[in-house]
Amino acid sequence: MKDASPAKPYALHLGVIILLFALSFVLPDYHHGLLARIMVLAVFAMGYNMLFGYVGLLSLGHAMFFSAGLYGAGLAVIHLGWSVPAAFAAGILCGALLALVIGVLALRTSGVAFMIVTMMFAQVFYLVILYFASWTGGDQGMVVPQPARVLVLGSTSLDLTSPTVRYTSALALFSIVLLITLAIVRSRYGRVLVAIRENEERTKMLGYDTFSNKLVAVVVSGTICATSGAAYALLFGYVGSSFASVQYSILPLLWVLLGGAATTLGPLIGTLFMYYVVDITSGFTSAYLLIVGIALILLVLFFPKGILGSIRQRWLGWLP
Amino acid sequence: MTDKNGFFDLSKTGLSRRTALKGLAAGAGLAVAPGFVRYSQAQSSASLKIGFQSHRTGIGAAYGRWYEKTTAAAIKAINDAGGINGRPVEVIIEDDGTDPGRGAEVVGKFATQHKTDIVFGTLFSHVVIGSAPAAGEAKMPYFVVSEGHHVASTKLNRYVFQPGITDVKSQIQAMAPWIAANAGKKVTQIFPDFAFGYDHRDYLPPALKAQGAEVIAQIAIPPTESSFTKYFPQIPAETEVIYHVMVGPAVLTFVKELGEFYGSNRPQLFGFIDSLEATDINSPGLEFLDGSHFWEGSPRYAQPDDSAAQQAYRAAVGIDDNGAAVGDPKDVSTAAHMFGCWETLYVVKKAMEDAGYKGPEDRAKLVEATEALTEFAEGPEHPQGPKTFNGKIHQCFGIQNISKVEGGKLKVVHKTKIEDGLYEPEGDYTTQAL
Repeated sequence: MKDASPAKPYALHLGVIILLFALSFVLPDYHHGLLARIMVLAVFAMGYNMLFGYVGLLSLGHAMFFSAGLYGAGLAVIHLGWSVPAAFAAGILCGALLALVIGVLALRTSGVAFMIVTMMFAQVFYLVILYFASWTGGDQGMVVPQPARVLVLGSTSLDLTSPTVRYTSALALFSIVLLITLAIVRSRYGRVLVAIRENEERTKMLGYDTFSNKLVAVVVSGTICATSGAAYALLFGYVGSSFASVQYSILPLLWVLLGGAATTLGPLIGTLFMYYVVDITSGFTSAYLLIVGIALILLVLFFPKGILGSIRQRWLGWLP
Repeated sequence: MTDKNGFFDLSKTGLSRRTALKGLAAGAGLAVAPGFVRYSQAQSSASLKIGFQSHRTGIGAAYGRWYEKTTAAAIKAINDAGGINGRPVEVIIEDDGTDPGRGAEVVGKFATQHKTDIVFGTLFSHVVIGSAPAAGEAKMPYFVVSEGHHVASTKLNRYVFQPGITDVKSQIQAMAPWIAANAGKKVTQIFPDFAFGYDHRDYLPPALKAQGAEVIAQIAIPPTESSFTKYFPQIPAETEVIYHVMVGPAVLTFVKELGEFYGSNRPQLFGFIDSLEATDINSPGLEFLDGSHFWEGSPRYAQPDDSAAQQAYRAAVGIDDNGAAVGDPKDVSTAAHMFGCWETLYVVKKAMEDAGYKGPEDRAKLVEATEALTEFAEGPEHPQGPKTFNGKIHQCFGIQNISKVEGGKLKVVHKTKIEDGLYEPEGDYTTQAL
């Protein structure tokens, strides 16, 4: 990663946020709603990217962090009747605590073993959701009641089921996480993470406690993913075990690979790309996953670093 | 039926000032031009659009394919008879991948891009539950053909209906008297350890108890299991009936291993045909089921006493006497469930006619008109049998079939009454605001 003055990256990121805000006024209804969902899931991808892109740890279990947030927030509303802010905080806290525990255990491994251990933990989490079906709704899931999805701020109440409020909330969440991510990767800590990714032994020799740094990265990554999950439950009103399945551990990996690992905006580009490829191709054929697969192969062949990663490599070296 | 892909269709954008002025000018021009009356008539006879949320891919694909065939046949019959309120009906299909996340997106797509009048056709419970919030928020009437108890539980919202197929709670309750009287009093349940199994786990014991029978063991099998022999020693020796509802690809192994465990000296077997929908009952390994009994919503095999309406329905959908596609005996249908698509579309037709439905602005009227329905008489529109409808819980109640596997076919040996499946409502959707 080339060094650069902060002006360009921050200007670019603010520009993206302004663009997304402007789009809310011009997009057709369907794409308006879809983009809200994409922004929430891009946050999930950003959390994944924090660990995979910047630390080089390939997890196959991040669905559990997303679902920890999803269920943490959703069940707090459904069973405990908590308000939206309290439930949102509960979801984030669940994800952070889970990430801490999983991080302590899984970071004893590396490489392929780390992939397998994270996948196994995620599978355990998935089966726990099914086991406690009377609380979680099992494989069918549960609806977060529409009347409970209202954010009360003093004398103002915001209905999260309103398309405008939902889009704005998703954009606010996306923007905050994007700027936090940008600040982290540009900080000294972010550079330590990249150093660990590039050569962990050398980083250790330089005196860094790589385990602690990686553990913090797992917790940050898991917390961001849980934030996305909590937002998903509250904005879209459904919690279900399919979000804890292995499919939702693979998806953020694909989104990040497509958009560009270790690029702050790559997760948004990747999520956007995948969503629209599926949305458009499924209108023509039921074999749309084949088309998605071919698109992925072509991207890997011609843009091995993902879309933004390749752009950074060829033209814009300052991209964070 | 058509697939639509209106990606970035600019006609879907909001009305700008310039567009509004152009529209007014054009409208004024048309109003004074000859032929305006004809134009008005053309508008009023534009198609009604039904969004079909189909399981084209994913675990529900076999059901999705047959749901599409049944829907196409029903729409053809409705259009041939003049459509709904004098307007033709068009079905727009979107694949939900049998995934609740995608399901919600598809409902949103129908509401905001295709601008359909209703959404219809979903089967798998998790997709229904995942999509219901999107339907409620869009105030989009959502007619599902799922058989899950989720609609009748009143935990969804006022826009979700299930008027064309009974729910699993009602089905189980209706089975209990026959099981207790004919199969045995001591029942062991074997079910998959997830929600579909839990419905049977929770609703069968009280239903049997009311009939003087009892569940003496409940064996839940994890969904990841691929071999079942180790579970069979848990079946109590005094078991008179094994009640099984295993589903998915492992069902063939389950039946084969159960047969190897018991040999020729087995208890009575009673199952739900959900296990074997779209599967040939004569598949190798299923011989052990000979003489056992199954629940069927609508019979797979043609029966000697089939009504004229049932015969006409089967012919229209294109299934032969064995319940397979005409011309392809290996393409076995999902007959026990797919009739629900046919019947639901006729309920939609009736409700739209009662509401004087003209377009999306009348969706609330459509909801109220559907809630006002009470009975569906057996006939061409309801070939499976007569039904009652409870508008408070948005759920229909009907007859059930108990069929015996005999000579490689399923023969209906008992039909329940509507009253056998009735239960106390658990809530009231009509108290919710529209």
